[in-house]
Amino acid sequence: MAPPSSRRSGFSKKAQYSLFTGYLLAGAGAAVGAGLLALSLWQPAAFAPVRGVASDVVAPVGAGTAAARGGGQSLFAGIAAYFDAGRQNAELRKEVEIARIRLAEADAVAAENRRLKGLLALSDGETKPVAVARLVGSTATSGRRLAYVNAGSAGGVVPGMPVLSERGVIGRVLEVGRISSRVLLLTDSESVLPVRRATDNVIAFAEGRGDGLLRIRLVNLGVNPLKVGDMMVTSGAGGYYRPGVAVAAIAKLTPDGGIARLVAEPAATNFVSILPVHQPAAIRELAEPEGDVPAPLSPSPASAASAAAVGAQAREE
Amino acid sequence: MERLDPRARSDIYGRRINRAPAPWRVMSVPYASIMLASVLPVLLIADTMPLAPSFGFLMLLAWRMVRPGLLPLWAGAPLGAFDDLVSGQPFGSAILLWSLAMIAIERIEARFPWRGFWQDWFTASVIAACYWLASLLVSGASLTPEMLLVAAPQVLIGVLLYPIIARMVAGLDRFRLSRARTID
Repeated sequence: MAPPSSRRSGFSKKAQYSLFTGYLLAGAGAAVGAGLLALSLWQPAAFAPVRGVASDVVAPVGAGTAAARGGGQSLFAGIAAYFDAGRQNAELRKEVEIARIRLAEADAVAAENRRLKGLLALSDGETKPVAVARLVGSTATSGRRLAYVNAGSAGGVVPGMPVLSERGVIGRVLEVGRISSRVLLLTDSESVLPVRRATDNVIAFAEGRGDGLLRIRLVNLGVNPLKVGDMMVTSGAGGYYRPGVAVAAIAKLTPDGGIARLVAEPAATNFVSILPVHQPAAIRELAEPEGDVPAPLSPSPASAASAAAVGAQAREE
Repeated sequence: MERLDPRARSDIYGRRINRAPAPWRVMSVPYASIMLASVLPVLLIADTMPLAPSFGFLMLLAWRMVRPGLLPLWAGAPLGAFDDLVSGQPFGSAILLWSLAMIAIERIEARFPWRGFWQDWFTASVIAACYWLASLLVSGASLTPEMLLVAAPQVLIGVLLYPIIARMVAGLDRFRLSRARTID
């Protein structure tokens, strides 16, 4: 198929000029795009308000599809459950018995905990979520792993707040719109989270690899104490997350730590709770002295966007 | 005449006498469909890896290939700006890359004016693959080998999806030009 003859300029000055103008405008568009790209790589939070408006528009649609997705998942799970109901029933009965025993033990531990805390005069302030929201979408075409939730600044969400599901950590709020916000998922290759082993105090950083797994890098190098199956929980360093929330389980060992699998997979989650920043005072302190910020303590030194956004927010207060 | 053959005075765009295409439809359908295609992948939850190719970009390529001259040469910039707002890429990446893609197709078309479906598919595939790599490079994430590996299926899906999207665009073009307005 040849291009329509109207698109060949020939000797017509008018056609030649309009063709030239087209190239000129397209080139100018590319140049403007390159400039904006450089600006947003340098200052990732620069276009957050515009993106907030766009995600506010998309979020209500996403809420509908999220509800449909949840319904679909439970439907398929229900059908699958019929096939091995008998075997599963026996297994579950056994598991429930063990769980009852463990629950009784946990009650005892909780009671002891309360008693010890009382002795130390510590108050265990139960943190209430700022908002409970649906995961309404994600950046499925991009190399970045960001998700959208349908709660925003109207619901009191501010950048930096941790996002948890009932199983564990999902990520951290990066930008907020009025009724929606963007969440940096743990799997994003710019996400870094300070963690420790659940059973003792082996501390490490959990970094996203960009392929759905986390790289656990130990802070103290030497003999690698990790074992496959170890549970890593948040250490609370940096002040964003409360300590002791499940993050990932070690799946493979490496010389400097391990490769871990997420505990809370966002795709299997319908509702997430957005918690307040655990220790805002500590973060303010970290953000204030510009020169000597102890970088390893900051929960996400690589994520310049969120750090800048949180810093700005802390300074406003 | 109509009693003999009801379709005697009509073609694929509908009845010819007393009818004309609706102007708003003629103008808006390409842009609306590309913007809709940009938004659609947002509704997928992709927590571990990028799942889908950039539908918006494939739609732009298909409109450009199926209907040369319909989109102006500079259309990549505004449509890319919209895509950047929802795609998660840093703002400006699609403005730059979509503009460059439009210029590249224009140059290719000037060089090889007689084109066919297979050549269109080849051109679109090469451009889609280049776009995939370029958009990963400018995504603002530190590029790891694992990331490249898990993102590779995007290229394959994009290449295989182009003919389907081109057919969809042809259907949308029939809808765009169908004679919906009655002239009294």
